[in-house]
Amino acid sequence: MQMADTPYSFPDAHGHFGPYGGIFVAETLIPALEELRLAYEACVADPEFIAEYEYELKHYVGRPSPIYHARRLSEKFGGAQIYLKREDLNHTGAHKVNNCIGQALLAKRMGKPRVIAETGAGQHGVASATVAARYGMECVVYMGSEDVKRQAANVYRMKLLGAKVVPVESGSKTLKDALNEAMRDWVTNIADTFYIIGTVAGPHPYPQMVRDFQTVIGKECKVQMPELAGRQPDYVIACVGGGSNAIGIFHPYIGEPGVKLVGVEAAGDGLETGRHAAPLTANAKVGVLHGNRTYLMQDEDGQIIETHSISAGLDYPGVGPEHAWLKDTDRAEYVAVTDGEALQAFHDLCRYEGIIPALESSHALAYAAKLAPTLPRDRILLVNLSGRGDKDMHTVAERSGIQF
Amino acid sequence: MSKIQTTFQRLQASGRRALIPFITAGDPAPELTVPLMHGLVAGGADVIELGVPFSDPMADGPTIQRASERALAQGTSLRKVLELVRAFRRDDATTPVVLMGYANPIEAMGAETFVDAAVAAGVDGVLVVDYPPEECFPFAERCRNAGLDPIFLLAPTSTEQRFADVAKAGSGYIYYVSLKGVTGAGNLDFDEVARRIPRIRAAVGLPVGVGFGIRDAESARRIGAVADAVVIGSRIIEELERSPRDQAVANVTAFIAGIRSALDSLDTTLAGATR
Repeated sequence: MQMADTPYSFPDAHGHFGPYGGIFVAETLIPALEELRLAYEACVADPEFIAEYEYELKHYVGRPSPIYHARRLSEKFGGAQIYLKREDLNHTGAHKVNNCIGQALLAKRMGKPRVIAETGAGQHGVASATVAARYGMECVVYMGSEDVKRQAANVYRMKLLGAKVVPVESGSKTLKDALNEAMRDWVTNIADTFYIIGTVAGPHPYPQMVRDFQTVIGKECKVQMPELAGRQPDYVIACVGGGSNAIGIFHPYIGEPGVKLVGVEAAGDGLETGRHAAPLTANAKVGVLHGNRTYLMQDEDGQIIETHSISAGLDYPGVGPEHAWLKDTDRAEYVAVTDGEALQAFHDLCRYEGIIPALESSHALAYAAKLAPTLPRDRILLVNLSGRGDKDMHTVAERSGIQF
Repeated sequence: MSKIQTTFQRLQASGRRALIPFITAGDPAPELTVPLMHGLVAGGADVIELGVPFSDPMADGPTIQRASERALAQGTSLRKVLELVRAFRRDDATTPVVLMGYANPIEAMGAETFVDAAVAAGVDGVLVVDYPPEECFPFAERCRNAGLDPIFLLAPTSTEQRFADVAKAGSGYIYYVSLKGVTGAGNLDFDEVARRIPRIRAAVGLPVGVGFGIRDAESARRIGAVADAVVIGSRIIEELERSPRDQAVANVTAFIAGIRSALDSLDTTLAGATR
């Protein structure tokens, strides 16, 4: 699963992407991470494991996901052609399941009967509960109590799938606090528990492992784009919260200098208001949180601050360390779009293509809407449509003043 | 020689165990921190671990997290913590103070600035929970050169390789986490601790303190029988949560004095047995 076709070889043996990443955890977690790293390395070198993973992606998830040329939307934007990588068509409705299948298979190999996960909007929680049901594992999902209130449908979905949802009352009662709580569970129950982290953050080997499981997105694109469009795209655009869908589609293209990579963060109410979730675009200070070093939304005393985005999946104060490295080396560009811009793109895709996108993915679309008109019609923008928008009905309706 | 080393040498010479209480700076209120520190010393503390509050204390249980939240709500930044240590030093020049916290507030201040400011304020050691030795060799070296003991954790699951890394980076003492889990949890395995401590002491060459899960005189006594120091944290925070403001210092002092006398009775027994 390593990229053999590019000289890019990050992270190093200790999980560092340049100055980012690493293993910044208490000693109590070190042996568990070492056990995980060794098990992961053994699995990815095992053709049987890879074959099982690929079988599950094909027959359970429904991969490969198609690429779709959004002609009417391209016409509306008036410029470059928009192609959508349809991760929204995966089982469970988003890219998250690619990673959950991989980690659940790994848990099975390691003989861990219990999996835990953190979740913000509930997508990763649902994907974790799904694979736990699929493989007959006990599943506990930690979710900030604020998010439990906002995402009642997903909470019920997880319960239907047999997972126990634990509301987290500490801190800001959102995703970062759910992650803290999941870590505490893990350190207490290390012997029988596997922690399925949902994004490319956390201590090594998580950023590498989650990336590797998500690169199926970009690998498929590299095959599909020449078939559909006759060539590779000029731009690959994806939203970035923790950054797992973005790294999944970016990574196979890192060694292709003709392909520009653009990560789109959540500007929330606007970067100038401070109420956003865009640590890369806003050039936030570098620090240490959740086991890795990266750009972090923080106050001057180094306390992590609350973030703001209409999209719960992007509402995270950090960002995967590999994105920090891609930013510093200028291999990827990071921009941010506001809640309003993302909503506009959400409505556009509904009306022009009959596809209801997740609010997260709508951020990537919103940047494509800005970029496309500045480019000739023969240019190609490949947008990762990382998830579908069913989960966001309440949020969007509320913004339009509609009550169900 | 650092104040921490001197303290351990003095205690070892008299066959006594160190008592190391932990409180979070700024909890329950910043103006109570310095009086509490003096109270801990009066109750028999040999070293004070002072928690630097952080918004995301991943390695701590609910009790210390609540303490962090209360402290942060009252503006207890790292700079403020250093001011509190400076204030404590006006009346106590000898009791070692160890700051215990997370990496990000230190990195936000800048490691160099932090080390200088900590030494100037009268801090003696620093334990950064999410800095394992391999991620912080330069920081640990900077601390040692400035006379600040970098203190590291070891756990029941730590390998011999980890002992070697800690031996290379650490000084002062080792903080042995006596159970799998977060601060304040239960299920202390005394036999496991008894087996591990001598090996760690031999491999690292530093005194070993044991914490996480010590809640009363009895558990302190049993740990004290094998360790060089006993660390108590969550239990003190709970005492503070139960106490009216005007009795907080008195209650914590009395609680620590109880642990102290349990440890001292043990020391007498041990000393008698060896002589």
